[in-house]
Parts: sequence; C-alpha cells; structure tokens
Amino acid sequence: MNSLLEVTDLQVSFYTYAGEVQAVRDVSFSLGKGETLAIVGESGSGKSVTSKSIMRLLAKSAKIKNGSIRFEGKELASLPEKQMQNIRGKDISMIFQDPMTSLNPTMTIGKQITEVLRKHQNMGRDAAAKRAVELLNQVGIPNPEKRLKQYPHQLSGGMRQRVVIAIALACNPKVIIADEPTTALDVTIQAQILELMNRLQDQMGTSIILITHDLGVVANMASRVAVMYAGKIVETGTVDEIFYESRHPYTWGLLASMPKLHEKSDELQAIPGTPPDLSDPPKGCPFAARCPYAMEICYEQMPSYTEHTGTHRAACWLQDSRAPKVERPLAAGGER
Amino acid sequence: MNTEKKPLVEVSHLKRYFDVGRGQILKAVDDVSFEIYPGETFGLVGESGCGKSTLGRTLIRLYDATSGTATFKGSPIHGSKSKSEMKQLRRDIQMIFQDPYASLNQRMTVTDIIAEGIDAHGLAKNRKERLEMVHALLDTVGLNRSHAERFPHEFSGGQRQRIGIARALAVNPSFIIADEPISALDVSIQAQVVNLMKKLQRERGLTYLFIAHDLSMVKHISDRIAVMYLGGMVELCESDELFDNPLHPYTKTLLSAIPLPDPKLERSRERMVLQGDLPSPINPPSGCRFRTRCPFAMEVCASETPKWQEASKGHYVACHLYNGEQAGTAAKPDSQGVDHHELV
Ligand SMILES: Nc1ncnc2c1ncn2[C@@H]1O[C@H](COP(=O)(O)OP(=O)(O)O)[C@@H](O)[C@H]1O
Ligand SMILES: Nc1ncnc2c1ncn2[C@@H]1O[C@H](COP(=O)(O)OP(=O)(O)O)[C@@H](O)[C@H]1O
Ligand code: SF4
Ligand code: SF4
Ligand SMILES: [Mg+2]
Ligand SMILES: [Mg+2]
Repeated sequence: MNSLLEVTDLQVSFYTYAGEVQAVRDVSFSLGKGETLAIVGESGSGKSVTSKSIMRLLAKSAKIKNGSIRFEGKELASLPEKQMQNIRGKDISMIFQDPMTSLNPTMTIGKQITEVLRKHQNMGRDAAAKRAVELLNQVGIPNPEKRLKQYPHQLSGGMRQRVVIAIALACNPKVIIADEPTTALDVTIQAQILELMNRLQDQMGTSIILITHDLGVVANMASRVAVMYAGKIVETGTVDEIFYESRHPYTWGLLASMPKLHEKSDELQAIPGTPPDLSDPPKGCPFAARCPYAMEICYEQMPSYTEHTGTHRAACWLQDSRAPKVERPLAAGGER
Repeated sequence: MNTEKKPLVEVSHLKRYFDVGRGQILKAVDDVSFEIYPGETFGLVGESGCGKSTLGRTLIRLYDATSGTATFKGSPIHGSKSKSEMKQLRRDIQMIFQDPYASLNQRMTVTDIIAEGIDAHGLAKNRKERLEMVHALLDTVGLNRSHAERFPHEFSGGQRQRIGIARALAVNPSFIIADEPISALDVSIQAQVVNLMKKLQRERGLTYLFIAHDLSMVKHISDRIAVMYLGGMVELCESDELFDNPLHPYTKTLLSAIPLPDPKLERSRERMVLQGDLPSPINPPSGCRFRTRCPFAMEVCASETPKWQEASKGHYVACHLYNGEQAGTAAKPDSQGVDHHELV
C-alpha cells in the first residue's frame, strides 16, 4: 500500500508554568490510501495532540520538538502557515467530538458549507449552493434546502455531526481525521454515523485516521490500529492482529476491561492505577507501574519494537528472547 | 434477585411534567410503573432525553411528582413529611452523578466533601471521629488517606468518582441512584468503578438504580433492566433475558446498534439501524411513541397506546405486537439477541 501520510519520530511538548509536558514521544505511523487507521488509548495518551500536530492546530504553548509529518511527499511539520491553510480543510479535514467546536453558532449551515467551497474550490455562489444541497443529501440529512437556512442550534446532535461531516467532505479531502466523532452521541445515532462514514469511505476512497477509546467502534471501522499509551505507540497491527493476536500487556488490559455482551462474569478486569504524569515520564516502559508482568528491566529501559509480521509490532520486554514466556490472557480475546 | 421480598421502591403510574412556557408541557416521565427490590441493581437505559435523569431525580425528591406515586420502604417519597421523616429519607437515598467534577465543590477539601452528610446528620461525636469516618471511607473506595486534605482538581476522573461514591456512602444509605456514573470515564477506569460498586453492594447490601446509556456495562452490573423511550418505559426484564430475548422493537434496535469489540463479528453483522431522530417530548406521537421510527408499526399503533403487560414471567413490554389479538396478524419480529438478520 503506498502511503499518503507518513509520521516519523514525532515529539510534541507543551511548555507550561509547571514545566514541560511531553505529550507525544516518538510516534511513527503511516496511513495508506483508502485505509482507516484507528488510534486508541485512554484519555491523556496523546491521541488528540498527534492529530492536531498533523493539522498544525496545536496550542501556542505546544511545540513540535522533533520528527516529520510527510503528506504526499510534502513536509507539514515545518510548512508555513499560509501553505498549511491550503491543505487544511481541502486535502486533510478534521471532525471533532463536539460538532459545536467546528460549527459557527451565528452562521447558517448553508453559509458555513458554501464558504468552504468558495474558498477552496473557487466556486461561484450558485454552484456552491447547489453542491451544498448535494452534500447534505450525501450525509443523509432530509430536507436539505430547509436545513441550509437553519442555524446549528436548531439541529439535533446527530444532525450537527452530519453537517460537520458534510463540511469535512466538501472538498473531497484525501485524509479525514475524526477525533472521537461519535463519543458524544447516543448508540443509535452512533450506528447511523458509523454507517455513513463507512459508506462514504467506500464511495470516495478517503483515508481516515479515527481516534477513539471505544474498541467496538474500532472493530467496526478500522483496517489498522495503533495503541497509544503515555505519548507512545506501544503496539500497532491490522485490526485482526490487535483483536486476536495482541502482544502488549496494555492492549490486553484494554481488551479485557470491555464487558462481554455474551458472557457472564462477576468481575471486570480493570487495569489498576492511572497513567504516568507526562511532565515527568518514567525512563523505562511507561506501563510498568500498572503492568502485572513488569520485570526489573522494564523500569530501567524503554523496550524497543519487535516486529511480528510486516504489519504487527509491539514495544514490550516480554518480546525479548530472554524474557519468561507469557501467554496472552483469555480475556484479551483471540484463540490459542 | 429475590422477588419474594417486599420491594424497596414501588413506582406506580408516575409522571413528571415540565411547564416549558407558552402553554407547552414537556412530558419528561409519563406514566411509568415498576418495583426495585432490596439488594438488586436495577438498570435504566435509553437515548439521552428519554427521561432517565428526571425519573432518578424524582425518586430522590429533587422533583415533585406531577401525578402517580413512588414509595420507599412502604412510605410515600413525595407529599408532606415531618422533619425527621425528611431527614431519614435524605440519608436513605443517595445519588452519584455523571460528572464527578461538576458535582464536587471545587473549594472544599476531600475531607469536607465526604463529611458533608456526616455533619448534616450529626453522625460524628467530635472532629476525631469525623476524620476517622472519612479515613475509613477513603479506604473503602480505594483512595489514599493522604488524599484527604487535597482538592478535587488534583484528582483524575476515576478518582473523583470514588470521592463521589465515598460522599454518598458516608450517611449509610440503603438505596443509591447512580446517574451515568461511568459515562465520562475511560473503559479501563470504568471497570474499576463498576467493580468497586459491586463490591460495596455485596458488603453493604446496597440497592442501586443504575442509569446509563452504555448497554454492555449496564448488562454487566444489573439484575434487571428497564428500557425507556421518550418518557415511557417500553420493556423491563432480567438482564440476561433482555439480551437473549428482547421483545420491544426499540430494545432490538438499541442492542443492534452496539458495536462489539470483535472485528470478524462486526464485518458479518447486519445492523438494524434506527432511522431519524428522537421526536419532541412536547408533542410526542399519538398511540405508541416509537411508531414514527418503528419498522413494524401498524395502524393500531397510531390510535392506541400499547398497554404495559407481562409477556412472560417477569418480562414486561409495551407493544401492540404482543397483544393477544394483534400478535397473530402482524409479522412478529423473531426474538433473537443482537445478531438478528431480519432487518437492516
Ligand atoms: N494545552 C495543553 N497544555 C498542557 N498540556 C496539555 C495541553 N493539551 C494537552 N496536554 C497534555 O498532553 C497530553 C495528551 O493530551 P491529548 O492528546 O489531548 O490526549 P488524548 O486525546 O489521548 O486524550 C495529556 O497529558 C495532556 O495533559
Ligand atoms: N428542569 C427541566 N425543565 C424542563 N425540561 C426538562 C428539565 N429537565 C429535563 N427536561 C427535559 O426532559 C426530558 C428528559 O430529560 P432527562 O431526564 O434529562 O433525560 P435523560 O437523563 O434520559 O437524558 C428532556 O427533553 C429534557 O430536555
Ligand atoms: S515492557 Fe515490561 S512493564 Fe512494559 S508492558 Fe512489557 S512487561 Fe509490562
Ligand atoms: S406498538 Fe407498534 S409502533 Fe410501537 S413498538 Fe410495537 S409495533 Fe412498533
Ligand atoms: Mg482527545
Ligand atoms: Mg441524564
């Protein structure tokens, strides 16, 4: 698969009064054409900061310290803001958890869509208005002509997210970054939005980076998965490799803490403790304090990646040939 | 759950309406009846806006009932009460909220937050005993005693929810209404809080009303589950039964909508996707409120409100498909769990 977006050794820090917060620590991944890469991990693990770095939408207190973000061969990490504006919303667009962060409450839906079209596609007023109707149809909004005249607050949460998707699609972007796009929605509305995103991707061949903490959503949408913990990708693989053959104890913990609909168990397998403070990250494996398999070396030195297949790798000392053999717990899925 | 026991909470034709101005009435909870038994966890699910919080808040007397009754240990929750009766009720029923951040006073220390109820009810003889009680509660919910003098903002979401639980436990309640207590937490932390709530229930014989919109977690914690839609209850039964044999079309679409953490299953699964949005509770559809989105709607569904009836032992449903006469004439959806294929 030829890769469209290539992130290499990305490091991002925030500089606060309390010191440096190392939000993203050496993250590398690639995104191929037409694929959906899910980034999963608990809150604070650096998922949003990673995606905002790609869009170059980081807060002023943040800095890309190191690494490269190549999109179709162009280096985004150092691209001047002016050129970045031509990419943002046109080649790469973003969908946020709360649709109101992307919508302007004082502007009609129609105006917001046509503005994007006129700016990036150089469309005239009439052409843009026509395309706006098409877009709302495409995302399954009934009565588009009427909706275009309305303001965001006149729409339900699910409808607003459809509008945001319509705006994101307006310029046929090559990449869509969706940051928890369904987290604020009810499960029935979530099912509608996931179906919509899957259908649009089939039709348009868009690549998607899907950020979520819901493993059900990952199983439904993703082709590949990157598991993030404390600013690092600790495991990455195809969706089947992550769900059925995972290698990292943190991935095991995440999978095991999901309640299973078809099994009755008394106790859920929680991951004890909380993630480390990124203003003073541990020098060894960041998961060591919560890991039931932690060894001495884990506290001392960050494990490097072990490649299991061309697509599957994990950073864990258990993969070292000298480590004791540990089997994936049954609760973490897959077969023996 | 033991249905031989007398119910702890009995709700009968309870309604809670809001006057939203311009002569409009919003029927947030409209004629619900059910019982909660001692020691059970009663799950309450449904889309946001269907009336779950209003029902919970009415049961803890934050709201009056518009009509109908709710009793706790045999005596009415609403209506006039003596001072001592009110005090007892305020101890017996406690609430845990979704957003532990918003529900904790930011300027109070953890000790003062947890001890609020202890002080209000005069449960500690002196400062020393008060602190001992707070420390014991911190132990109970798995927080460190050294946290006692800190402020809420110094804690993670999961820790804050533990503070909220400790505060609720401080007055020794028998009934806890938990309104989406884990919705704002990470999955791995959700599991910690749910395990803690289960442990406390075993140790203290607590009864829970557990409100949530995440069905898989509700299934895990609940003995029985009630499904609400637009102010009304549409189905109620044991938790396993709801997943193995859902009857109401709305319950089926809810179950079908849950994405499962199993990619192979997700690839092969056919979903029953609910069309459209929730109608307004100010002007709900006539007859069955679900009819505007129900794939099985019949003529009678627009003209008659389906009765709340026991379809099989302990399994209640409000749907015309399960009415003796209509049942024969309508295409009855077959009653499989989440993997049904008859609809997309
Ligand atoms: N504006 C900010 N100032 C300081 N630290 C921040 C800021 N935004 C994010 N962070 C820190 O960066 C880390 C990663 O955050 P984020 O990418 O938002 O996590 P996620 O999206 O995975 O929940 C967190 O530890 C968070 O505290
Ligand atoms: N205090 C109130 N005044 C007016 N309407 C309210 C009030 N509280 C809730 N509602 C309305 O009642 C309905 C049910 O709300 P709620 O009980 O919060 O639902 P849920 O908890 O299931 O999301 C909603 O339409 C909501 O807007
Ligand atoms: S490196 Fe060590 S501490 Fe980290 S996940 Fe592997 S076994 Fe656990
Ligand atoms: S009563 Fe009619 S409309 Fe309502 S759920 Fe049953 S079949 Fe559907
Ligand atoms: Mg985020
Ligand atoms: Mg609510």
